[in-house]
Amino acid sequence: MRLELKGLTKKFGSFTADDDIDLVVEPGQIHAVLGENGAGKSTLMNMLYGILTPTSGEILIDGEPVSFSGPGDAIAAGIGMVHQHFKLVGPFSVADNVQLGREHTQRLGVLSAKAARKAVLDVSEEYGLKLDPDAICEDLPVGVQQRVEIVKALSGPKTELLILDEPTAVLTPAEITELLQIMRNLADAGTSILFISHKLKEVQAVADTVTVIRRGKVVAELEPTASEAEMASAMVGRAVTLQVDKTPAEPGEARLEVTGLTVVSDAGVKVLNGLDLTVHSGEIVGLAGVEGNGQTELARSILGLVKPDSGRIAIDGEDVHGASPAARIAAGLGYIPEDRGRDGVVAEFSVAENIVLNQYRDAPFAKRGAVNAGAVRKRAADSIAEFDIRTQSPEEPVSALSGGNAQKVIIAREFSRPRRFLVAAQPTRGVDVGASQFIHSRLVAERDTGTAVLLISSELDEIYALADRIAVIYNGQIVGEVAPDTPREVIGRLMVGGGIHDGAAAASPEEPGAPEPPAAEEAPEPPAADETSNDEDANGGDR
Amino acid sequence: MSTTDTQAPAADQPEAAEEKPNFMRLFGRYLTEANSVMVTIYSLLLAFLIGAILLIVSDEYVRSTYTYFFARPQDALTASWYLVRDSYIALFEGAILNLNMLDRFAAGNAEFGDLLRPLSETLTYATPLIFTGLAVGLAFRAGLFNIGAQGQMIFGMLGALIIGFGLSLPAVIHLPLAIIAGAIAGAAFGAVPGLLKATTGAHEVISSIMLNNIAALFLVWAIGTDFLHSETKTDLITKPVDETAVMPKLLSGLSESLRVNWALPLGILAAVFTWWLLSRSTFGFRIRAVGFNEHASATAGMRIGSTYTTTMAVAGGLAGLAGAALSLGVGSAGLTTNTALEYGFDGITVALLGRANPGGIVAAALLFGALKAGALSAQPDVPVDISTLLQAIIVLFIAAPALVKAILHLRTPRGGLVTLEAKGW
Repeated sequence: MRLELKGLTKKFGSFTADDDIDLVVEPGQIHAVLGENGAGKSTLMNMLYGILTPTSGEILIDGEPVSFSGPGDAIAAGIGMVHQHFKLVGPFSVADNVQLGREHTQRLGVLSAKAARKAVLDVSEEYGLKLDPDAICEDLPVGVQQRVEIVKALSGPKTELLILDEPTAVLTPAEITELLQIMRNLADAGTSILFISHKLKEVQAVADTVTVIRRGKVVAELEPTASEAEMASAMVGRAVTLQVDKTPAEPGEARLEVTGLTVVSDAGVKVLNGLDLTVHSGEIVGLAGVEGNGQTELARSILGLVKPDSGRIAIDGEDVHGASPAARIAAGLGYIPEDRGRDGVVAEFSVAENIVLNQYRDAPFAKRGAVNAGAVRKRAADSIAEFDIRTQSPEEPVSALSGGNAQKVIIAREFSRPRRFLVAAQPTRGVDVGASQFIHSRLVAERDTGTAVLLISSELDEIYALADRIAVIYNGQIVGEVAPDTPREVIGRLMVGGGIHDGAAAASPEEPGAPEPPAAEEAPEPPAADETSNDEDANGGDR
Repeated sequence: MSTTDTQAPAADQPEAAEEKPNFMRLFGRYLTEANSVMVTIYSLLLAFLIGAILLIVSDEYVRSTYTYFFARPQDALTASWYLVRDSYIALFEGAILNLNMLDRFAAGNAEFGDLLRPLSETLTYATPLIFTGLAVGLAFRAGLFNIGAQGQMIFGMLGALIIGFGLSLPAVIHLPLAIIAGAIAGAAFGAVPGLLKATTGAHEVISSIMLNNIAALFLVWAIGTDFLHSETKTDLITKPVDETAVMPKLLSGLSESLRVNWALPLGILAAVFTWWLLSRSTFGFRIRAVGFNEHASATAGMRIGSTYTTTMAVAGGLAGLAGAALSLGVGSAGLTTNTALEYGFDGITVALLGRANPGGIVAAALLFGALKAGALSAQPDVPVDISTLLQAIIVLFIAAPALVKAILHLRTPRGGLVTLEAKGW
């Protein structure tokens, strides 16, 4: 199947999730779509799979324009999708899961277990995907569950295009190797594959061609031979569109000291692995890294919502072990969470209520157990004016505001109380350019008052614009701390687990005199599929 | 129904009609819109309509007139009309105003107090419902579904009873102390599912259902113990509470037969307190924040677990007050396993009907009290189940506004249909 997208655009209100996307998947080709979370990949796939309707533009299959009103149409047209989060019925057998929605029946609608089992065996034989049709899905390892999803997608009436949405996110390195091999086999057998990912090594290992999406736009069409650094910088932004006026930092005493921080997830994975980081007063430390490398857990550990398994967090020289989030907030910790809708605001609450969400019990907002509505309203009115929050009234629910204005509500909340240390995670995600600039200048002004700022961002542009020092996180560890004028390629390489120096000379001729001769332990060029997995293994990479 | 039939076409009129909104047109639009006020009103009307059909179907004589419907339809229609009319009048007379009594009062043959008897009964049945409705409604706002009001109320009954007969004190101390004991017992029992949820993640619906069973069986056992059992009677009834702990009647000056007592103003007070707690206090701020979005609340430093536990304790305290009202009021001569009725479970429907707002809960409790009083006074002419049935149908429609909207072809209001829901259910 040849799939072509022409000028595909999706708008949600005034927000454009996908803007004029052109893309062609040739028959039997593995086409990787690379982009950060929130770049518009999922929206694109949902349009392809009939879950969302495009605002404009068209989808062509073998040259014929098609329009889908639901996943059923997409399946009928030959598109199969493997979702990032599996859609399996746990207690059902493999065969039952595969036939779900198109059950094999005999007369009178009685299910035919035999036909279902045969169907699974046929598909697994045809594509070399080993599966036991009678196994219960929830008992299977994650990698095998994914294979069930793939077989399910391939069992459609005439599936010729497979969409894999971040398929490696939940797999172990060995399972990743296996999956990449399966993808290769499928493509060789003529199935087209659209491979959504933000892991560069996998893309290099398996893709035939790469499209990079950023902020809803196609920013680059690359060959898989392109270097990781090239891909990374395309993904996180090459053009310096953000300019913030700032003077050199004047770092003071250490405000945040993190030593040996280790957090083990429920699944037993070390999401933070002995992380060390120090942030001084009067400086902005930018934490760069591909998402999912432990940034979220670090931020939540600092706030106290995640209990570290080992290691120490000290704020203002004092170990905060055991202190509640409320105590840390009261002690001057400002916190801008990365997931605004989930952690940042109570959408049903008014702007005013959200502005005092973490101070509602403090004077002057509380008086003998009652909320002092007058004081709350006054603070809200002041904040709305100071932070230019576009709202009809302080009583308007935050759910009625745009993303940028909702973010300003959070900024207003955190910046309207005494603070000594600020964690700002993805402070401008989903925020329009104007609001972004405003937020950036406020962060710099914040630094200049002596607050220590930890900026966590997946946008390298943002890091470059604001940071006085850049720390790169990879696999739950800080793999490098560099100056803010370090070339993009170097940081891009660190972000994907490479060393500071390998390949530097080749990738960036303009790099200001590399201080050390390149360390030659690691091959600078992208390794083949098998080596990729070994590499990940060595890094304990299981994300 | 007739209202909606005449209004329905207005909804289909072209948009041009919107250009000149005058009061009548706006009012008409409001009537044909599935907003929460109109859905409530239509739910009541639809419930009485369906109730009428069920009355007709369940009456043997009226049913027999339908066997020759095509020969003499007027027989069936008149019989149906009189049945429905008489049944609903009987409910009305039992709940609000007895028309016969009004005639006798006008002729000077009855006391004013006799005239108030139906209302007094309505208020008597409504009083515990106000408390249990608040107990469920308050928890709702924290995103908790408190099924356990029945059990909390039972413990409130026992707490008030024990202080009520166990201590000898002057009335000014004894009565308040007994009431407080009921609230504390209910609060302690109510805190359990909250604490279980906070510490172990056990769902409050499951644990509070189970605690209801525990409480009901505990009551049966407790009544039989020497400590509580009546010294003079042999059937399952407890000792009476002392005179000093009995809730005084509210209108005893008019007639001794008016049962409504001071628990009613206490209930109104509790509703005002709950309103203040939810919309004015810092604790209510926390309850609502956690109820809407526990993640953002936790990020803002609120302690989710303790919010759950405290909210459930306060809710249990409110339900415990319902128990105290029963122990020291209608059940002051001795509690039986029957005194609790289903006030705790009915509190769930009251809270739903009142949309978890204290004012709405009081109104819903009064409606349910009226249905109960009416049905009890109208039996055996009207089947007593009709009141339960009407309650059930009303709540069914309230809980499913889309159904009312579809039946009456109402328009979707701005902001969509309002459905009350607890997190996770």
